[in-house]
Amino acid sequence: MNKPMPAHNIGGYVPMIDGPEKVSGRAKYTADVIQPGQLAGRIYRSPYSHAEIVSVDVSEAAKLPGVMAIVTGADCDRGFGVLPIARTEYPLARDRVRYRGEPVAAVAAVDDATAREALRRIKLTVRELPAYFTSKDALAPGAAQLHEKKPGNIERDVLFELGSTERGFAEADLVREGTYNCAEVCQNQMEMHAAVAEYDALRERMTVHASTQVPYYVHLMLAQILGMDMSRIRVIKPHVGGGFGCRTETLNIELIAALLARKCNGTVRIVTNREETFITHRGRPETDIKLKIGMRKDGRITAVECDCDQRGGAHSGYGVVTILYAGSMLYAIYDLHNVKYVGRRVLTNTPPCGAFRGHGTVDIRFAFESLVDQMAVELGLDPFAVRRANLLSAPTFTDNDLMVNSYGLPECLDWVERESGWTKRKGQMPKGKGLGMACSHYISGASKPVNWTGEPHATVKIKLDFDGSIVVLSGAADIGQGSTTILAQTVAEVLGLDLARVRVVTGDSEVVPKDNGSYSSRVTFMVGNAALDAARNLKSVLVNAAARKLEARPEDIECLGEVYRAGRQDKGATFDEVVTEALKDSGTIMVTGNYSTIPESHGGKKYRGAAIGGTMGYSYSAQAVEVTVDEDTGVVTVDKVWVAHDCGKALNRLTVEGQVQGSVWMGTGQAMSEEAAYHDGLMLTANMLDYRVPTIQDSPPIEVGIVESNDPHGPFGAKEAGEGSLAAFLPALTNAIADAIGIRFNDLPVTPDRVFEAIEKRRRKGGST
Amino acid sequence: MTRLLEFTLNGRDRADAVADNILLLDFLREKIGLTGTKTGCDGGECGACTVLIDDKPTLSCLTLAVTVAGKRVDTIESLGHDGQLSAVQRGFHEKLGSQCGYCTPGFIMASAGLLRKNPNPSDDEILEALGSNICRCTGYVKIIEAVKYAAALGAQGVSP
Repeated sequence: MNKPMPAHNIGGYVPMIDGPEKVSGRAKYTADVIQPGQLAGRIYRSPYSHAEIVSVDVSEAAKLPGVMAIVTGADCDRGFGVLPIARTEYPLARDRVRYRGEPVAAVAAVDDATAREALRRIKLTVRELPAYFTSKDALAPGAAQLHEKKPGNIERDVLFELGSTERGFAEADLVREGTYNCAEVCQNQMEMHAAVAEYDALRERMTVHASTQVPYYVHLMLAQILGMDMSRIRVIKPHVGGGFGCRTETLNIELIAALLARKCNGTVRIVTNREETFITHRGRPETDIKLKIGMRKDGRITAVECDCDQRGGAHSGYGVVTILYAGSMLYAIYDLHNVKYVGRRVLTNTPPCGAFRGHGTVDIRFAFESLVDQMAVELGLDPFAVRRANLLSAPTFTDNDLMVNSYGLPECLDWVERESGWTKRKGQMPKGKGLGMACSHYISGASKPVNWTGEPHATVKIKLDFDGSIVVLSGAADIGQGSTTILAQTVAEVLGLDLARVRVVTGDSEVVPKDNGSYSSRVTFMVGNAALDAARNLKSVLVNAAARKLEARPEDIECLGEVYRAGRQDKGATFDEVVTEALKDSGTIMVTGNYSTIPESHGGKKYRGAAIGGTMGYSYSAQAVEVTVDEDTGVVTVDKVWVAHDCGKALNRLTVEGQVQGSVWMGTGQAMSEEAAYHDGLMLTANMLDYRVPTIQDSPPIEVGIVESNDPHGPFGAKEAGEGSLAAFLPALTNAIADAIGIRFNDLPVTPDRVFEAIEKRRRKGGST
Repeated sequence: MTRLLEFTLNGRDRADAVADNILLLDFLREKIGLTGTKTGCDGGECGACTVLIDDKPTLSCLTLAVTVAGKRVDTIESLGHDGQLSAVQRGFHEKLGSQCGYCTPGFIMASAGLLRKNPNPSDDEILEALGSNICRCTGYVKIIEAVKYAAALGAQGVSP
């Protein structure tokens, strides 16, 4: 007989448990929910950037045979928004439109062609208002206000100074300033937004399928917008084709589908096209940064002054949080004191921005790591040495009260330096080639959720019944990052069982416990810990049952997964026998696991909004980038990226690698080719040809080093892996270009025409190449 | 106008009344109910809708349904035999060539088309064959590994 052994999976290369559905076409996404009799929904969007609505005439559209319902702003006077302090957006514009493409009316019809024809018959009459497409114009004195309560078109300004920058700059040997501009970028996830709403008039119940990262927030906003009791609403999240942050708040599409479904007492499916998906937006805002750093000769940073304007678009969304992150996350990566931050979130007549992967931290990190690199060159210091001169010593609290317990940045630096051959190759590269490096970090979930209810931060249930299958119930939204797999792995590991015993049920509010959603890289940490707690509780139930069955004390019971025994000589009881014994107590077993963040992680109170940035654990990333610059064409080729990511503990090395590669690659897009461009408020790049996403032929090899700092609070020591490595790519690239050709690019994206222009400019000045 | 379309879909002959102006993509998804083939853009930009027509990877969003008369159309649902995943499916699953899974059917069909024609492709040939498919999750690194792994499985006799 084989010796019974508990099964282990943590730390392995584990393919996703829902992979077979995805590779066989069986995975259902929202647009795949096609039912007989369902109606097609279409949205009429404003062709104006800023205007008072005089009238929305839908009478001709209503006459069209096959049109079953039309809704306008008159159908809903309740605002929505992810932040309780900023619910100023309407599903359909009322009184005023504030960006080109804002929904004004919507139609449900028997088929798509009829719905489209109905849209053509809608007449919108307006009085146009001055529109502002840049932060500068919106901030200009005398500019018309987009929102009544936001004078100067400032959604939120932030100011803090911790320590004394005056003293800090006085202590510096070198003080340098730079200005940086990062273009607006879009998530452009592969699945276009979709929603299917089904209204049951008899029972007054609403069911909504939504392509969302936050089914719970969608649930809250549906209740708010429809004026329905939450208990009458059900939200289903099918497979989701990516999100990267654009689905971390309720979108107007979900609300409009529900308004239409209720109006026609039927089922309405809205599948937006790619252009509408772009315009729904929630991307990373265009950001202008002024940065000043003081540095001693040994590379030690003595002071930082940062000024940041974000062009937020027409509505708040997450804007207040984004501008706060940009300031607070200057900290928690290096040992900084004497920091001043001035941030302004600006309202403009462009589609609303949101929480793009690396939320709030990316553009600031680009500026910071660029200027540090420039100063290192000027002081004749190695960029690695400069980072090492400024390391934190964990555990610690930063000046803005952020808690840092585990800190693998030193090991990340070591790995990247070694694997890239940095010491031997830096400065020895052939003409046109260069090496650059940079670092970044990110939170493992915001310690305080935006909807603070006093409940545990995460809850997981496990059901165990007569069949012996372990059913994990969780509201965590798998959007392709693999959260479902992580939950299965966690529970299987604790119980010593094969993954095949574990099923995970997610994505249906009727069945699963509430979860705040998949954003700010919270799921592995928060929900993972709740799953760990639930699995341990289940194990305790099973151990007690085994003790009864084997007539032993619970503390003497050894759990070997499929076998429980009392001592080495005991043949023990099988898992199924233990389950049968356990069921005698209570019938079907249902255990709960909870997780709550600790108050020390909630950030500080030194300035308004200082809680933003607080987390249980920061991930760290270092990367080196090797480039070749063709000086005749301006084309930059990334030959290779070496990235080390401190994720605390890699629960699944395969998915950690995938997340880190995906983050770095998304950074290549923002750094080199992606840009949302507008003409008079019309998004010119709202398709996948003009919005230039790198193809497989443009994309570099990305070698991943996993650093495990074993966070004391993370599940098995784990922290986040899916966001922290994005930001460092941007400055690592421009630092490499500077190394290759001696020209530093402070504006993104670094397109071939920009590179070519800069090279030409230098040639005309007679500079060397 | 509607006409009769006779073709072979996933190995089965069929005859359907189809509108002249319906795209193959919409016909597959909305009329037949094979939703494995995905819509990812407004036409010809992303590759998510790739199917094989007579073994050639083709964008079903740029193909009128009526033009496949007499031809063989294979979608993602045709892959895998005897309850087992095909070599390309295994590659994308086991090597994590698929994260959110939305671009995956298109990538898998483009890769299957490549391997049917060229069972042992070079790196450049893989990049060439997948150059018009966009993935937003993986950074492509593991997609390349997935296709190479599928080729190796193919050499062991697993069908692509």
